[in-house]
Amino acid sequence: MEKTNQKNRHVYWNPYFGGFLLGLLIIFTFYITGRGLGASGAVKSGVVTVVNKVSPEHTENNAYYKKFIDGENSPMNNWLVFEALGVIMGAFLSGAVTGRIKLKTQHSPKITAKRRLVFALIGGLLFGFGAQIARGCTSGAALSGISVLATAGFISMMAIFGTGYLVAYFFRKNWI
Amino acid sequence: MGPIIPNELIPAEWNFVFAILIGIAFGFIMEASGFSSSRKLVGVFYGYDFAVLKVFLTATIVAVIGLHYLDYLNWINMDQLFVQPTYLWAALVGGFIMGIGFLAGGFCPGTSLCAVGIGKIDGIVFTVGLFIGILIFSESFLWLKPLYENSFLGHITLDETLNVSPYLIIFIFTLIALLAFFISDIVRKRVKKVFY
Repeated sequence: MEKTNQKNRHVYWNPYFGGFLLGLLIIFTFYITGRGLGASGAVKSGVVTVVNKVSPEHTENNAYYKKFIDGENSPMNNWLVFEALGVIMGAFLSGAVTGRIKLKTQHSPKITAKRRLVFALIGGLLFGFGAQIARGCTSGAALSGISVLATAGFISMMAIFGTGYLVAYFFRKNWI
Repeated sequence: MGPIIPNELIPAEWNFVFAILIGIAFGFIMEASGFSSSRKLVGVFYGYDFAVLKVFLTATIVAVIGLHYLDYLNWINMDQLFVQPTYLWAALVGGFIMGIGFLAGGFCPGTSLCAVGIGKIDGIVFTVGLFIGILIFSESFLWLKPLYENSFLGHITLDETLNVSPYLIIFIFTLIALLAFFISDIVRKRVKKVFY
């Protein structure tokens, strides 16, 4: 059993099947909560919480943090934070049944692990920054937005993926 | 009629229970589809793996058709669903920066959480990067405020923007997706395979 699992570690679902289930999940989420899925919002709650712990006056004086501070109620007491914790658990479950859980850095054999991590940090920084400007990331703005035909969702999707194709050439050494 | 929590058909306390359950399903589906692997994700930009395109477009088509169908059956009221506001320049500039981040980091926020779940160190580092990026944005908010708040077009949907029927947009969007599926299979056959 263990052997077959190891052999098939990188066999993933058919993408159309995964997409179909994800579509049903989006419908269910809207049906229950009236809103879609998200991801970057949870990290934002984390940032607001930490900054508010370090200096409450600072968050009070910053127009952006202030939007997310609600008296005694912690910014972590938020739908997206619970959902994001669920995402980590769900990924862990899927990884556990397929034998994919392992502490490692995945990178192309042409680059070092260190280079991969430096670029991962820069990429995360840019993505976090951009997601705040656009009010949502690939999940919240693009995926959930398009599900209700939001104009912003289509713009975000085309901007993210269009830019991706434009700059792919410059990052090719990291990936292929 | 849905959405059921905003319409108070079940107590609001259930919201957080659903948040965790929905999150688990979301994470499971993404991981099982291969979204915890950055090299699989960026394959869509180099033509060696189109899982992102197929999962993303299939999910949006199923969701958009399903929601409109439930609306037609009167099971859900589309007008009560959250439509994020459109800020034209913010969406364009933010999307542009996210696109660069995607190619540099190999993840987006949801998929990096997925990678954290199975112990990918690059996923953990990407998530730390997200944290720093959001911190930098918040600290420079005063300076970014015009970009963030100007060019507001309202909580609009594409059918309102283009002044056509939503069903026509769904139909055309579906045709574009089918065409993209078809072309992606041709491209993948011609591109040198990448093993990861």
